[in-house]
Amino acid sequence: MRYLSAVDDSISKTMGFFQKLKDRLGRTQNKLVHEIKRIVTRSPKLTADSAEELEAALLSADFGMTMTLRIIEATRKAYESKGKGEFDFVKVAADEVERALSSGDPSLLDQGDDLTVISMVGVNGTGKTTTCAKLANRLKLQGKTVGMAACDTFRAAAIDQLKVWSERLDVPLTMGDYGADPAAVAHDAVSSALSKNSDYLLIDTAGRLHTKHNLMQELQKVHRVMGKKLEGAPHETLLVLDATTGMNALNQAREFNKAVPLTGLVITKLDGTSKAGMVVAIQNELKIPVKFIGVGEQPDDLQPFVAREFAHAIFGLDE
Amino acid sequence: MFESLSGKLQGVFKDLRGLGKISESNVSESLREVRLALLDADVNFKVAKQFIANVREKAIGEKVIQSIHPGQQIIKIINDELVELLGSQNAELKLDAKPSSMMMVGLHGAGKTTSSGKLAKWLMKQGRKPLLVAADVYRPAAMDQLEALGKQMNIPTVVRRGEKDVLVIAREAKREAAERECDVLIFDTAGRLQIDEVLVQELVRLRDDIKPQEILLVLDAATGQEAVNVATHFDEALDISGAILTKLDGDARGGAALSLKSVTGKPIKFAGAGEKLEDFEPFHPERMATRILGMGDVVSLVEKAAENVDMDEARKLEEKMRKGVFTLDDFLDQLRQMKRLGPLESIVKMLPGGADMVGGADLSKHEKEFRRMEAMICAMTPEERNRPQILNAKRRQRIAKGSGVRVAELNNLMNRFGQMQKMMRKMGKMQKMMGKMGGKMASKMAGRMGAGFRMR
Ligand SMILES: Nc1nc2c(ncn2[C@@H]2O[C@H](COP(=O)(O)OP(=O)(O)OP(=O)(O)O)[C@@H](O)[C@H]2O)c(=O)[nH]1
Ligand SMILES: Nc1nc2c(ncn2[C@@H]2O[C@H](COP(=O)(O)OP(=O)(O)OP(=O)(O)O)[C@@H](O)[C@H]2O)c(=O)[nH]1
Ligand SMILES: [Mg+2]
Ligand SMILES: [Mg+2]
Repeated sequence: MRYLSAVDDSISKTMGFFQKLKDRLGRTQNKLVHEIKRIVTRSPKLTADSAEELEAALLSADFGMTMTLRIIEATRKAYESKGKGEFDFVKVAADEVERALSSGDPSLLDQGDDLTVISMVGVNGTGKTTTCAKLANRLKLQGKTVGMAACDTFRAAAIDQLKVWSERLDVPLTMGDYGADPAAVAHDAVSSALSKNSDYLLIDTAGRLHTKHNLMQELQKVHRVMGKKLEGAPHETLLVLDATTGMNALNQAREFNKAVPLTGLVITKLDGTSKAGMVVAIQNELKIPVKFIGVGEQPDDLQPFVAREFAHAIFGLDE
Repeated sequence: MFESLSGKLQGVFKDLRGLGKISESNVSESLREVRLALLDADVNFKVAKQFIANVREKAIGEKVIQSIHPGQQIIKIINDELVELLGSQNAELKLDAKPSSMMMVGLHGAGKTTSSGKLAKWLMKQGRKPLLVAADVYRPAAMDQLEALGKQMNIPTVVRRGEKDVLVIAREAKREAAERECDVLIFDTAGRLQIDEVLVQELVRLRDDIKPQEILLVLDAATGQEAVNVATHFDEALDISGAILTKLDGDARGGAALSLKSVTGKPIKFAGAGEKLEDFEPFHPERMATRILGMGDVVSLVEKAAENVDMDEARKLEEKMRKGVFTLDDFLDQLRQMKRLGPLESIVKMLPGGADMVGGADLSKHEKEFRRMEAMICAMTPEERNRPQILNAKRRQRIAKGSGVRVAELNNLMNRFGQMQKMMRKMGKMQKMMGKMGGKMASKMAGRMGAGFRMR
């Protein structure tokens, strides 16, 4: 996608790969745009039939029904007010998406000298642990002091995984035994971060399906315990979403937000071919800002989210 | 899985059922809804379109419009079509070589490593001697993860930390398999994008070296529209032999299963439904189709019940239920048998419309409640259990005290028991209509729903 071109120089060595990727994505996006244009231009009016086809085209980019209907409605309005001559469906749709994605502040909380605790939550395998590492790396490069906590004591080798990252990035890690109470680990981590005067503490939690009540309760406990130790902690709760996920992402966001109010979203695996249209539906409904996107498995494959770039990338528009 | 889709289809068919006769416009209207439901369930746009076209053709060809029970007929057509799309039979694993090799491939975080462990466990249960091979040379602690799973089951794992060449690992694995006399090797590979040619080529080299009997694409049930491209690319590059669908314990609608099957034609062989190694079973397309249509995964439930429930007892209870002579003693038996079936959540989801019932319900609260129910019934005399109508205020006080609850709670239990009996009588009638073993079991399980269970 287009925002890939904004990756910083440190990974310019992989630029060839990204360039290829961009081209390839360009092609699939153009197909989408082409499809939409074909539908729209074929008939001068947005008829029931063409609206339905349009609907399917947008759905095929994982937009979901609500957002799809909203885009179609916006298109209809634009058509009626501007007339066919000036009508650029793609632009209208992209603007609509950008607007939907612009609610909330996408920047990460910065509390100056006070410790900021950030909890990574989400369903299994979305990229929580890797995002923890990437974010630690990013904050460290910004001159912040950072700590991490291995609060996934359940999954096989989850602690080892974060330990490898902590060694690679030289970031202190608080961990317990496998099977230990994750809330206890979180508690210790906050104590340790406070005593070290750290700027940030990143909490890696276990993957859990939002449908599992007992596991959601466990997560609430982890948060509660941290809040008791330090007022307001966790200050940020980031839901890590896999871009490959379809409509279920909305359920994930809803349920996690109910259990542990979310302050932001992280969309991972955007280096793949998925367009993550469901993010639009999520933001539209829950108004939780996307804060970062993940574009690879390396520590520097994390970028701040820019709504405009994202929206234009989805529709293959040039800046 | 598939909740919303089945919910929607049920909605559509409720309308259809209500009509004595349906017109062509009824069919179209219903099919449009089915199509949108499919799209909303992450079924790929083109797959959904084809599906609808097929159903429409068949519906018209069979002159559904003039039939007596048009709704049912359409349900059958849609069901058959879904079964066909999902694969008409359960595909077995190919294990004819000595030793045989399996390769797990797929996107990042899909569940390859976990499924490797699950498959090893499953094969061990079949009397095989598996060897796990850690061939993910990229992800931090990937090898430790597989090794930890192996240790849990006492299954040996080939681990060469620091080795970056999967072919070296493959060579070591073959040697170790011979040494340990293992008859099936399971290669866990690193997650990769289907468009990452360098890494896909690594898989091709590994495949050419080990010549696996099975190459299984591990696919997350929550995958969106891209499932089609993922499946196509992996299949084109590797000629996969099948797929494993994971994370079916969530509420993802799983349209990706339909997409995958229809673009590759390769069977989905296993389903993963939990993080634990035993949460794994062969995939059954018929059941999945039934489930999509909101009929509940009745067959699975029957099998599960057969494994865990004393069938004689079950038959007796069923008989009682039908005759409406279901007592509190029977209820107590139900409570106890139910516990052996597993978590309520997973059982209820297998029932017709069960997924909707579960919704966001707090099942752990119910669990506690059910335990207290057990205590209350235990505190009753045999006669009271047989004839609850004799429970006067005095008796109720005694029972409440004996089981450490308040009288109000006991009253509540008795009310619920009354409701349950009513529901069972209704189910009894329904079951006559369905007239099938599956239907019977479903009704019985529905009756049991109010009973106890064990949390994960
Ligand atoms: N291509 C790509 N892969 C990613 C990205 N983020 C994470 N991954 C990979 O996704 C896989 C899962 O990542 P994890 O960080 O272990 O995910 P998790 O959410 O912690 O998983 P659980 O703790 O098991 O629930 C790993 O193979 C990561 O390398 C990304 O932005 N792009
Ligand atoms: N709820 C649930 N979780 C699952 C299932 N299968 C796997 N998982 C979880 O999904 C996450 C990722 O699983 P892994 O086995 O590490 O996935 P992977 O494909 O090996 O990941 P990479 O090697 O990083 O590509 C882990 O948290 C697993 O416990 C399943 O059927 N249900
Ligand atoms: Mg993790
Ligand atoms: Mg793995």
